[in-house]
Amino acid sequence: MFPSQFTYHRAASVAEAVELLNGNEGAKLLAGGHSLLPMMKLRLASPPTLVDIGQVAELKGVSADGDGVRIGALTTHAEIAGSALVQERAPVLAEAASRVGDPAVRNRGTIGGNVAHGDPQSDLPTVLTALGATINAAGQNGERGIAAADFFTGLLENALDDGEIVTSVSVPGVASGAGTAYVKFSHPASRYSVVGAAAIVSVANGVCSSASVVVGGVESTPTRAASVEAALAGSGVGADALAAAASAVSGDFQGDAMGDVYASSEYRQAMAGVYVRRALEAAVARGG
Amino acid sequence: MTTRSFGSGIRRREDPRLITGKAPYTDDIKLPGMVHAAILRSPHAHANIKSIDTSAAASQPGVVAVYTGADTDGVLAGMPCAWLIPGSDLKTPEHPAIAKDRVRYVGDAVAVVVAGTRYEAEDALEHIEVEYETLGVVINPKAAAQPGAAQLHDDVENNIAFTWAVAGGDADAAFAAADVTVSDTITLPRLIANPMEPRSAVASYMAAMGELTLWSTSQNPHIARFLTSVVTGVPEHKIRVIAPEVGGGFGSKIPYYPDEAITAFCAMKLGVPVKWTETRSENYLATTQGRDHVEEVEMAATSDGTITGLRTTVYAGMGAYLSTAAPGVPTILHGLMYSGAYNIPNISGTIYGVFNNGTPVDAYRGAGRPEATTLIERLVDLTAAALDMDPAEFRRKNLIPKFENGHDVATGIIYDSGDYELTLNTCLANADYEGLRAAQAAARAEGRLVGIGMATWVEICGLGPSQVAGAVGFQGGLWESAIVRFHPTGKVNVMVGSSPHGQGEETTFAQIVSEELGVPVEDVEIIHGDTDNTPMGWGTYGSRTTVVSGGAIAFASRKIKEKSKELAAHLLEAAVEDIEYDDGRFFVRGSDDQAKTIQDIALMANVAWSMPEGMEPGLEASAFYDPPNFTYPFGTHLAVVEVNAETGHIDLQNYWAVDDCGVQINPMIVEGQVHGGVVQGVGPALWEGVVYDDNGQPLTGTMQDYALPRADLLPDINVASTTTPSPHHPLGLKGVGEAGTIAATPTVYNAVMDALRPLGVNRVDMPLTPEKVWRAINDAKNGG
Amino acid sequence: MSVPVEITINGRVFSGEVEPRQLLVHFIRENAGLTGTKVGCDTSQCGTCTVQLDGAIAKSCTVLAVQASGSTVNTIEGLSDGVDLHPLQEAFWNKHGLQCGFCTPGMIMASEELLRNNPSPSREEIRHALEGNICRCTGYQNIVSAVEEAAGAMGGS
Repeated sequence: MFPSQFTYHRAASVAEAVELLNGNEGAKLLAGGHSLLPMMKLRLASPPTLVDIGQVAELKGVSADGDGVRIGALTTHAEIAGSALVQERAPVLAEAASRVGDPAVRNRGTIGGNVAHGDPQSDLPTVLTALGATINAAGQNGERGIAAADFFTGLLENALDDGEIVTSVSVPGVASGAGTAYVKFSHPASRYSVVGAAAIVSVANGVCSSASVVVGGVESTPTRAASVEAALAGSGVGADALAAAASAVSGDFQGDAMGDVYASSEYRQAMAGVYVRRALEAAVARGG
Repeated sequence: MTTRSFGSGIRRREDPRLITGKAPYTDDIKLPGMVHAAILRSPHAHANIKSIDTSAAASQPGVVAVYTGADTDGVLAGMPCAWLIPGSDLKTPEHPAIAKDRVRYVGDAVAVVVAGTRYEAEDALEHIEVEYETLGVVINPKAAAQPGAAQLHDDVENNIAFTWAVAGGDADAAFAAADVTVSDTITLPRLIANPMEPRSAVASYMAAMGELTLWSTSQNPHIARFLTSVVTGVPEHKIRVIAPEVGGGFGSKIPYYPDEAITAFCAMKLGVPVKWTETRSENYLATTQGRDHVEEVEMAATSDGTITGLRTTVYAGMGAYLSTAAPGVPTILHGLMYSGAYNIPNISGTIYGVFNNGTPVDAYRGAGRPEATTLIERLVDLTAAALDMDPAEFRRKNLIPKFENGHDVATGIIYDSGDYELTLNTCLANADYEGLRAAQAAARAEGRLVGIGMATWVEICGLGPSQVAGAVGFQGGLWESAIVRFHPTGKVNVMVGSSPHGQGEETTFAQIVSEELGVPVEDVEIIHGDTDNTPMGWGTYGSRTTVVSGGAIAFASRKIKEKSKELAAHLLEAAVEDIEYDDGRFFVRGSDDQAKTIQDIALMANVAWSMPEGMEPGLEASAFYDPPNFTYPFGTHLAVVEVNAETGHIDLQNYWAVDDCGVQINPMIVEGQVHGGVVQGVGPALWEGVVYDDNGQPLTGTMQDYALPRADLLPDINVASTTTPSPHHPLGLKGVGEAGTIAATPTVYNAVMDALRPLGVNRVDMPLTPEKVWRAINDAKNGG
Repeated sequence: MSVPVEITINGRVFSGEVEPRQLLVHFIRENAGLTGTKVGCDTSQCGTCTVQLDGAIAKSCTVLAVQASGSTVNTIEGLSDGVDLHPLQEAFWNKHGLQCGFCTPGMIMASEELLRNNPSPSREEIRHALEGNICRCTGYQNIVSAVEEAAGAMGGS
């Protein structure tokens, strides 16, 4: 409840933030603060320096980007959930954002902070991986884009270099006619996902023509359900076919499934099959 | 104008200050020169303290002082246990406010830092160096009682703090003769009370006068004063304890805590006011918890569906030390209730109070009675199933028939009044029980897991007769007192020794005075929570405040009425025998146009211009009410759940409560108590439970891990009531604070077990988290 | 070490030098002396510290005061003058939507945002909107009823 002392800097621009981050050993970025401050209050984190990017205007806002959207790092979950552009082009992201935490958390928590924190039980990494989003970062060596699939590298770890900051997330538009869904097994206390499943499914002539399926909450990073996607390819989309495809998800976990006092790794893996099936059913029902 | 509001759901008098954010709670208090304390807590569940070095902490910025247990030697007495159960071979090992050479749970206080700000105090805590030598740990209460388990206290063999037996009839004979017996092992998880306001204390000591003032989040400021005196040595009359607005307690603010003693100690050492407020994570370590029972239980019945016997062996976790009231909870408040709402002629129970390396356990809403009701109601369902009887019908057959003035049960207590079948019938009718069973049959035919559960409950509350309290080892009385004081303008102050903290008694007490004396309810103000301006009282817990303080207020009001009659007779120049009273007016029979109102009387009594011979001035009365018996509210609750077989998720779909708390002063408040109580009872059935790892580290150490009921997880609750007055109470009251909590845990548990019954699942440990249910279903499907 | 902070709370400007680590909830309670906003947990779960920060509810225990510098904060004390109550305050009173009162300021501030965004919420929607505010006394039922009543009083249905 009482964070340790730190030095505070408020950055006015991305360039200044990068400079401050690189000029101060152990410095951390502060955006909405909803990932970092809880850890600092419990003194599980005590960074010597915080660089507040909360006022950096260039990090805010949602804009069209080709057929997709570009979402500034400081965009809150509530803004994403309420964005007409996101709802139209990547509805599954809006759906996931509307399920993060609770209303007050959604008003303050940001997409940039969320992905940089990289909690495997968070909702957005799962959906961004399914969408094939790109995390845009800026650092001393300029800007670069990192595919979501490559961005999350381990438990609370990511592909950012030291001193690099997330500036935006580029989300490709979902193909016309594709159905999408994010379903979540919510932890009753933390509201994080015990298991979260995102599905983007295109159907042509009653047959699945493409599918992107990703599961969160089970492993230390989002799990692409490649076996499910393979089973769906060219498959029918009736209830039995979706159930059969979903059950293949058990083959997609690499043996580092997480467990805790609330849900064991065995249980999470079993639930992944259920939630993937539900996501597929909802996505197919919404498509077309 | 009618002044009557008794029996109507008027809005609460206390709300305006609360809905505007103006009510001061303890942590809102700011005194000139005040400094802040933070407490270093043991990170180990069991360890010897080899050394403590506070020197680095003492030189941190803003630090005023650092104290360890050694500094309290000869200054603070040990923390007292105040419920010493006779005949139980009770052990009360020393419990220092600050641990000296050994810590026994994660959270045991090790040192305290006082600094200019709480932030500075927290910073300095990190500079205290403690060398520990870890010791063996035991958590499960049954395991802790076995030979060879890690020993918490050197002089307490097998960690058994006490052994208490309850018996009536001949249980062994009943089991030998039974047609059917069933048995179960029930685990009541450790629960965290979770009042939304964390505990807090502010202490101020004026050395020149030897006076200590303690603001405290206490449910019982007079007990807190009593025990502060015992622990600090400051004489009781030099201590003032103030419980300002208190943000819920649910039992966890009954005990006298080390933290309050430490805060007072710091203020006395330093001569400046000191504030300590726990963080929520600290609350999860250092505030007493509830339940923690392992219950091995069995029931005997004859083939015609008559219950003939009940036997139990209960291991009740006490945590590392005996908290203030802890021994009374699994004994007097638990074992004596083993007959439940039924005629059970033969009862035998053995309860072991067991030390384990957890946070101390003490009263938590329901305190002992949810643990009893759960085991009884579970056994009733199992027995009905074994006899292939409908559980409602089986209950009806065994319920104690309606009684109005006393019913003896086998455990030796006397229930006051009851009409248990009426609440059962009302609840079944409200829920359309037959319709529910038909719908359940249809759902089962589709393979869906729908369950219906119920509990017919009775509890002991309105604590209670002081003579009985003494006989069962409670180191205090259980009466309450009240002063009713009329001012010259006819407005009224009522001073009570109990200390409501959310239960609405500022309103219900005013309704009592209004009813008794015909004054408008808004003309009555209730004063409580400050030992300097209230009479002695034993506090707010155990569904006792409205009953016991309410009794005192009624009797004080009646004294005022008698005096008023005499004064009215004098003023009206009539004989007192000729004075009649109606709704706040005193008049000579037959001429009520010449009435004196209670306000007239208040003015004349206060100015005292013309008093009858020998009558004292003023209009004020004090009464002490020591109840002749406990009260026994009762009811029937029923829930419908559906279990998702794939995930183990439980959907609580519908809930009906029919409760009888005797006469109701304010039905809106009664209903609110039932809503909140039910939800707190649903908690441990579905979500709540402390989990420790094998090293005694809590795995549910924050609100992110310990799952509390949330708005979006619950249905609306259908509430109804019946009214069976208590025959021995002046107003017929029984109490309602704990009713919902006592009933809801077994109701929901039984509903889930009913849902799983077709699969052959009869038992899953609470809380019924999805994974546990899912495993039980899978084990059953796999022939487990 | 200190940083300047200026926050407009309930229409009044509060400025001062604070440690950067000071939480907004402590600034509101200690520096502005507005103790209606409570601290109930340390992990952003309970919602007793809920205020409106630039018009949107926030858990003020999870915001640094310095982050809020230049912002506008509304707390329970700003909702009414304490005599002419806000319809939500009136409804919480009418419907017995509180017992100990500790969660109430946060509950009311969260409910106020809900009714601004959705003037006629269903009971289900109210329950979801309040999922980040824990009450241990009421079982939520009368809180839901209070928000419903306030919605009606404020022109929703």
